[in-house]
Amino acid sequence: MKSVDAIVVGAGIVGAACAEALAAEGLRVRVVERGYPGGGATSAGMGHILVLDDSDAQLALTRLSRDLWAERSREWPAAVEWLPCGAIWVASDDDEMDAVGRKALWFTERGIRAEVLDPAQLHDAEPSLRAGLPGGLRLPDDSVVYPPAATAHLLARAQERGAVIGHRVSARVAGDGFVVTNDGTRLEAGVVVVAAGLAAPGLLDPPLPHLRVRPKKGHLAITSRASGFLRHQLIELGYLKSAHGPVGSSIAFNVQPRATGQVLVGSSRQIDNDDPMVETDILSRMIARASVFLPKIVDLQVIRTWVGFRPSTDHNLPVIGPVPGRPRLLIATGHEGVGITTSLGTGRLIADHVLGVASPIDPAPYLPERLVRDGVRG
Amino acid sequence: MADTVRIVVDGTATVVPTGTTVAAALGNAGRLAMRRSVTGEPRGPVCGMGICFECRVTIDGAPHTRSCMVSCVEGMEVVTEHA
Amino acid sequence: MHESVSEVLVIGAGPAGLAAAAAAAADGADVLVVDENTRPGGQIWRAERDSGVQSEAGELVTLAMSHGARFFSGTAVFDAARGPTLFAVNGSGPLVLRTKRVILALGATERQLPFPGWTLPGVFGAGGLQALGKNGLDVSNRRIAVAGSGPLLLVVAAWLERRGAKVLGVFEQAPRADVMRFGRGLWRHPAKLLQAVQLSGSLVRVPRYHDAWPVRAEGRDQVERLVLSVGGHERTLDVDYVACAFGFAPVTGLAALLGCAIEDARVQVDAFQRTSVEGVLCAGESTGIAGADCARAEGVVAGHMAAGREDLACTACRWRDRERRFGAALERAFSLRDELCTLPTADTIVCRCEDVAWSELVPREDERDAKLQTRVGMGPCQGRVCGAALEFLKGWPRGRVRPPLIPVTMDVLAAAGAARHRGEESAS
Repeated sequence: MKSVDAIVVGAGIVGAACAEALAAEGLRVRVVERGYPGGGATSAGMGHILVLDDSDAQLALTRLSRDLWAERSREWPAAVEWLPCGAIWVASDDDEMDAVGRKALWFTERGIRAEVLDPAQLHDAEPSLRAGLPGGLRLPDDSVVYPPAATAHLLARAQERGAVIGHRVSARVAGDGFVVTNDGTRLEAGVVVVAAGLAAPGLLDPPLPHLRVRPKKGHLAITSRASGFLRHQLIELGYLKSAHGPVGSSIAFNVQPRATGQVLVGSSRQIDNDDPMVETDILSRMIARASVFLPKIVDLQVIRTWVGFRPSTDHNLPVIGPVPGRPRLLIATGHEGVGITTSLGTGRLIADHVLGVASPIDPAPYLPERLVRDGVRG
Repeated sequence: MADTVRIVVDGTATVVPTGTTVAAALGNAGRLAMRRSVTGEPRGPVCGMGICFECRVTIDGAPHTRSCMVSCVEGMEVVTEHA
Repeated sequence: MHESVSEVLVIGAGPAGLAAAAAAAADGADVLVVDENTRPGGQIWRAERDSGVQSEAGELVTLAMSHGARFFSGTAVFDAARGPTLFAVNGSGPLVLRTKRVILALGATERQLPFPGWTLPGVFGAGGLQALGKNGLDVSNRRIAVAGSGPLLLVVAAWLERRGAKVLGVFEQAPRADVMRFGRGLWRHPAKLLQAVQLSGSLVRVPRYHDAWPVRAEGRDQVERLVLSVGGHERTLDVDYVACAFGFAPVTGLAALLGCAIEDARVQVDAFQRTSVEGVLCAGESTGIAGADCARAEGVVAGHMAAGREDLACTACRWRDRERRFGAALERAFSLRDELCTLPTADTIVCRCEDVAWSELVPREDERDAKLQTRVGMGPCQGRVCGAALEFLKGWPRGRVRPPLIPVTMDVLAAAGAARHRGEESAS
């Protein structure tokens, strides 16, 4: 007899969303977390809730997720710091402005609100930006949250539905319908969901060679409280080049206002780097890039810096779904820099799969079997 | 060096002995509660050595400056939460 | 960006730093002393606004400078890299400090413990009120209660009395028997015995209590009353100021950033004040609380070592060891009692920067979980004040240290990062 219907390995925001979605459907859920909730990549993330247009599959998952966040906006407690501030993708030159026009059309055709801002409108929307920028693309329905609190809230909701959360319980092996913890205890379940970020591939028994999740180090800096400096999340159009770029280190302008009035500054990417040291030369490049767009940012006071490690796949999409040949072993990892947003969509896809119902979006692009079939190294 | 310097606190000029820190000057001027905490409680200096950050005021336009670490100089402009 | 090169870089101009600088400079090393205060002396030797640099500090500064040592005051270190290379900032902007050997003389901070009303303006640290007073805060005719723990309370009370304050009492949490035993043990340290006698003399009019601690501070915008537990009974005093601190916590942030081993909340050093990192030494309260004389002795050892004179370092070792024994006696006599854990009530603010109350922290499993979920330690002080309190209240260790060590503007942080990158490029 199975003691639970589902075991979720990992209580980061993705695991929390999966646990909540499964518990909301009436399943008995157990969560196994080696540390404490939200302590991994979740705690380092910027908490930007956004839609991305780099592929149809990316748009589908981010749009579904963003809508789920917004539908529940009144539910989020104050600690989640839900801030519906919108985002502006800022263009630096005419080529990028042309791209803005194309993106606006692309989004609008798909029913997503997107406005082209000319220089005057850009200045009105975000006065701290320097003069002389050709404009930008405003996505008014993007938001910002504080991920650790969102994770705690999702888990609390799961617990209200009977989910059991085990802190400081390490899984050693995750298999087809079972988990073995570090002390040798074997836990059985109808289904196992591995939402363990970078640790996911190492837990699978037998391993799935096509599943490769690599750490992509990111730096962040946060300022003292400076209300009014920023109104929207700001990202440069070149951001996606950075996110998908070749190996090495790359920087892209990405800053965010927080509900506290602090300004959060990103972003950097260093593939296959898991060194927890803060590298001030990377911070220096981030600040230099930010000052190109926001000249007065150099006067803001930095009080804290930190790093995080995005669990990244090689094909720019997360891996969500059953391991081929192991229908009771599901994976939910590889969300790179979009995990906070797509946590809710992931939870939905996982719950739908377990229940055997159709999802609002096609789950095929994210399935692990795609890695095997396409010969793509995940 | 002169015995005193003249500084401006929340728009009002005041004369203090040379070598007085801004925090001390504010305390002597009845503005010991120079700040508000994030939930609005009155706050003032505690550690006197730049560790606690409870003495922050705006000095010559620079916000979040620890007033216990800054000596008053002639013409200095100090803005507290009472401004 | 300004750059400064030295053979021996001393961080901190308190007793340890000044003694180290004087020793190393006298040995012929090119010494640079960097200190964040406007004048040398650190905390215990802090200069008075109207009477200049303290005599002990002044003597060592003169000695060091006579041998060519340079001093950068008002300069705070915020980052460090291999080299060792340190990055600092002062009124002129950021600067790079390149050196062969660093002596960390970072000192200590007072330990504040939360109790209801402790956040009211007018409730200061003990050394904190003295520092503010030395920097010009008027204490004459103010009714002041001095509370907490440790011999510093007497030093502060005596100073306040000299400055015309009305010191209502010194309220020591340690049991009377422990303090008396400590006093009797001072025959081993004659200089300290003399200091103690002198202190007692200047406090003849000030009542001293043991087994006493603050329970509640009351007032509207400023403290007006202090309620204390004295030998099991509650007493209420009308006050203008409260000077309250419960011992000291070593400052270790820069040492942690440099990769030095930190254990038991202090920088670990060997018999020659060397840390676990090549080229980095540490002296004074950062290695463990033991008072100004010990700091001086450790500074001498470290200074000679940094200048390559192990022979001269050895001559100061016995003095240092004797002072360390005093430090151990201090720790035993004034250890903090369990009742102090019950001071904060549910509503008492523990993290002053983010207004996190005790009730939010009680259920938390560890310091990182607490930080993420309650924001404790995420404000400008980066956990320095609440961290010292939570070390005692919850047994939590301090968190990971990252740059900047103090808040700096983005352009300063960026300049340091760029300089670090150039440094690494040229090194490879």
